[in-house]
Amino acid sequence: MPDASAEITVADVQHLAGLARIALEPGEIEHLAGELNQIVDSVRKVQEVATPDVPATSHPLPLVNVLRADEVGAVLTQQQVLSGAPDAFDGRFRVPAILGEEQ
Amino acid sequence: MAGASAKDVLMDYDEALERFEPVLGFEVHVELSTATKMFSAAPNPAAHGADSSVPNSMVAPVDMGLPGALPLVNAQAVRYSISLGLALGCSIAPSSRFARKNYFYPDLGKNYQISQYDEPIAFEGSVEVELEDGVTWTVPIERAHMEEDAGKLTHVGGSTGRIQGADHSLVDYNRAGVPLVEIVTKPIYGTEHRAPEIGKAYVATIRDIVRSLGISEARMDRGNLRCDANVSIRPRGQARLGTRTETKNVNSLRSVERAVRYEIQRQAAILAAGGSIVQETRHWHEDTGTTSAGRPKSDADDYRYFPEPDLLPVQPSPELIEELRAALPESPVAFRKRLQADYGFTDSEFRDIVNAGVLAELEATVAKGAAPAQARKWWLGEILRIANARGVDAGTLVSPIHVSELIALVENGDLTDRLARQVLEGVVAGEGSPEQVVAARSLKVVSDDSALIAAIDTALASQPDVLQKIKDGKVQAAGAVIGAVMKAMRGQADAARVRELVLERAQA
Repeated sequence: MPDASAEITVADVQHLAGLARIALEPGEIEHLAGELNQIVDSVRKVQEVATPDVPATSHPLPLVNVLRADEVGAVLTQQQVLSGAPDAFDGRFRVPAILGEEQ
Repeated sequence: MAGASAKDVLMDYDEALERFEPVLGFEVHVELSTATKMFSAAPNPAAHGADSSVPNSMVAPVDMGLPGALPLVNAQAVRYSISLGLALGCSIAPSSRFARKNYFYPDLGKNYQISQYDEPIAFEGSVEVELEDGVTWTVPIERAHMEEDAGKLTHVGGSTGRIQGADHSLVDYNRAGVPLVEIVTKPIYGTEHRAPEIGKAYVATIRDIVRSLGISEARMDRGNLRCDANVSIRPRGQARLGTRTETKNVNSLRSVERAVRYEIQRQAAILAAGGSIVQETRHWHEDTGTTSAGRPKSDADDYRYFPEPDLLPVQPSPELIEELRAALPESPVAFRKRLQADYGFTDSEFRDIVNAGVLAELEATVAKGAAPAQARKWWLGEILRIANARGVDAGTLVSPIHVSELIALVENGDLTDRLARQVLEGVVAGEGSPEQVVAARSLKVVSDDSALIAAIDTALASQPDVLQKIKDGKVQAAGAVIGAVMKAMRGQADAARVRELVLERAQA
């Protein structure tokens, strides 16, 4: 059952599914909203142990500045690039007409 | 698509400024000219002299987002980004990280672009911009962040009237992964009537800065430098900002100026008629000088930015930052002052060069050996004339090295000015270097005296009355013979030398 106080609403799931280009049935949307709320609740437990002196992190590894020298390496051949293409023309991928536009 | 641009109603510019205050903002994307891409070791098509004409020939698995391929940050791109940040007067973040910007579009195979979001490498700076009359204006910089460029789409079909579902797009990933720095300004207030000019001068200054740093080819016509212009207007006295539009595809300095002006006039007409501005992207059309509606602007949340899990934070050391700061070239304003003194140009002579947007070209031409005065004459003369007639930037027509070659040919006496203009025409038409055009079009001055003498003798023989006058000391009569000889030589002779020889032969 959708919970009125839930953080992830049915509308949120619909919106996210649209952004992710995933087709969902109405039943699936409600189901996922419930599951996602459970996940959010579970993750929230972490906040209970996090203290202000623990900085937020986006990575578990204590590494920074993993960089590469600016030296040219191997590339794929055009044939390799296009080998997985459902359709190609003139050395390029051929894709259906694009209704949107560049971001 | 939305071809309604022709119907846009525009308010008179002065009236628009009387009733509304414009507020500007710019996003400038700079393609870095590193040897390799941002996250892969594939060669960078934006590097100096790179040839990316064969589609999908400069692509590594990372650039296509193939499963299992992991990005690795290009150290040189980080250095270039820091240098640019410093040149923009920004602070460099002690720690910055990459983020994924998620969207579905075939210009990126991964379905996300690696960019920076909440922790850009450079933030809070300002740029001094010099306007046409020498006044300087300070543009506040919000941030400069690193990201990767997207692939190139070519849309095929559609406009031919065949709407049979046959339309498609072709994708070339050579450009995918090219290192970019996106420079974002804060809102620029108080520009008033000079808004279009300030926009143009700002983008020109960014171009000058990245050129002086040597970190980008900075050719707007080739997409090395791309500008999105944000424009909003608000009624006089209103504190709240108006709704802004973001005009894309503004790919020349001239277009920046025109697009800002157009949007001010278009928005003013809508607001004056009681309408409201839609927050959207607009497309600039160079040919018609108009903008047309693109997609509605989506909320930033729609991109679902999150920290890029495949990459680690970038934490430049204070030593590296100071090393790069110490290596910064002089600012464009200081550079200009020095150049003007070196070249011995007056203020107005120099300002003409700057305003025509050919200072960098002129400098490169002089560096190749041309005299400053000669370089100025060509760039501000014939080249600018052709550029204006075609509505393009002069620098796109011909390279400085070819101009210096052309000047050398004139100096050596191989070409007259008139012939040199024809040679320039050939170079602009893509017929090759000046030497090649001279050879292909047989344009060289006839410097072989025997050929000239033969023509002179023929001309004198056919005009005995003129010959007699010259013999009698009426030297000015020689003009008729000189004209006939120049005509016989199809203009390819040095008129001064012909005159000398005519007088010599007449007395013979």
